Amino acid sequence: MELAKQNTQIVTPDSYMQELTTLNLGPTHPATHGIFQNILQMDGEKIVSGVPTIGYIHRAFEKIAERRNFYQITPLTDRMNYCSSPINNMGWWMTVEKLLGVTVPKRAEYIRVIVMELARIADHLICNSILGVDTGAFTGFLYVFQEREKIYEIYEEICGARLTTNMGRVGGMERDLSPIAIQKIRDFLRDFPKVMREFEAMFNRNRIFIDRVENVGPITAERALNYGFTGPNLRAAGVDYDVRVMNPYSSYQDFDFEIPVGTKGDTYDRFMVRNEEIWQSLRIIQQAMDNLPEGPFHADAPEFYLPPKQEVYRNMEALIYHFKIVMGEIDAPVGEVYHAVEGGNGELGFYLVSDGGRTPYRLHFRRPCFIYYQAYPEMVVGTQLSDAIVILSSMNVIAGELDA
Amino acid sequence: MAEITNEQLVARLQEKFGEQVFDIQEPYGLVTVTTTRENIIPMLQALYEDDLLQMQFLTTLCGMHFPDNKGQELGVVYHVHSLQNNLRLRIKIFFPEDDAVVPTATELYQTANWMERETFDFYGIRFEGHPNLIRILNVEEMEAFPMRKEFPLEDQTREDKINTFFGR
Repeated sequence: MELAKQNTQIVTPDSYMQELTTLNLGPTHPATHGIFQNILQMDGEKIVSGVPTIGYIHRAFEKIAERRNFYQITPLTDRMNYCSSPINNMGWWMTVEKLLGVTVPKRAEYIRVIVMELARIADHLICNSILGVDTGAFTGFLYVFQEREKIYEIYEEICGARLTTNMGRVGGMERDLSPIAIQKIRDFLRDFPKVMREFEAMFNRNRIFIDRVENVGPITAERALNYGFTGPNLRAAGVDYDVRVMNPYSSYQDFDFEIPVGTKGDTYDRFMVRNEEIWQSLRIIQQAMDNLPEGPFHADAPEFYLPPKQEVYRNMEALIYHFKIVMGEIDAPVGEVYHAVEGGNGELGFYLVSDGGRTPYRLHFRRPCFIYYQAYPEMVVGTQLSDAIVILSSMNVIAGELDA
Repeated sequence: MAEITNEQLVARLQEKFGEQVFDIQEPYGLVTVTTTRENIIPMLQALYEDDLLQMQFLTTLCGMHFPDNKGQELGVVYHVHSLQNNLRLRIKIFFPEDDAVVPTATELYQTANWMERETFDFYGIRFEGHPNLIRILNVEEMEAFPMRKEFPLEDQTREDKINTFFGR
């Protein structure tokens, strides 16, 4: 009798209704797609507030970069957004090339465009198909994972690596596109649209999927800009900011493509913008393949471009330059550079301060994930836990880029 | 949309802040100016509200450390961007190491929140008025500010450590 009385006192209707549940979403939850924690305060099924904690895989890239010469930093950039590492690699070389004043020949630029757009397709495919998985549709993921595998085979043909590509050189590419690589890209261009149309048919007008994503986690253009959003997340909110168009690099001005924009900035818009960008990337690759210029695939800058290994064995000059570059004996000019590329998630910037030594004096990465993930609490408040999951996957937060 | 040149931008800044804008350079085409920390927030605000410039996008913000620059060891670098005019600007401020306090920019840009936390985490620069100035990427218990130059990375070639203790 006493106990029953106590129990009723503890759970009076008022106290029961007002009590908030603290829910740790993460750090290692399968639905967070990476290692970061969200401490959510839940009122029943409704999220009242969220506090994100990051830094679980922080690896001190900026500090490590201060002790490495310019070549050795490329592997660090691979590991930021590992879904599209070639974009990071090339963004980094372009920064160094800007600092050194190296002009890259047209063929190398076109090859870079092809590889970067392939990387963007791979990145968007993973993001969108994982969004499907989070709403319960596993089939689409399996469909497009095969296509990502084909893109990875193209990387493998170009540079030998698949995920952390560490692709190429400062001043151009390490080697030219081989006939097999060209064939593989052409095969991809021929076969991929069919799979992509099937993927779209599976989702775009799927009632269950639309119910799960429409009007979920919307953000206005104004708030998105204030939060520093870039890339597909900003474009879904209706702002047509794309670094490829605003500050063209690597001959992007030669190609004809559109910037897809959304209207509401909700999860559905982000999904659709990414899908549409895949088609635009295909257009760019097609144009670049059709107009691939003849000529050298690297800059004529022996003091900065690491010579081919075969040359090193036979040619004295190549051996000397190889040695000087690897030992970091050639100094960079004093100066500071900011260079931005359109990464898978948005504006990926490199701010490099050189004091004239063999290593950067200071290197700051502008990592798009790090900047926009702080909007996550605002976007999830008022939604339910299942919505929080799809918002997170539609934002494409990559832990490697978030923490760096 | 009228094209705004770098000269017009510099002229506009000088007209508003006069002597407080100095060390004007243009490395690799990006206008770089230095100002004092008293002026940084008014300057960002003026750029934000300027009808012509409309610099409302904070691209990035990061710390700097020059231990040899006596009296101006630490610095903060702001990259702001006007999406309407496609114009970028880099603003730097420098201040002494033992008085590393800077006003916060979070009231202008939400995005400055985490950037300032990161700068605090790595350089120990305190942002006055920041709503939640705690470490973000490193552990709370850490005492050092690891990106400062007095904390060098371990030399990879040193031999005074017993490798088996470190798993290598």
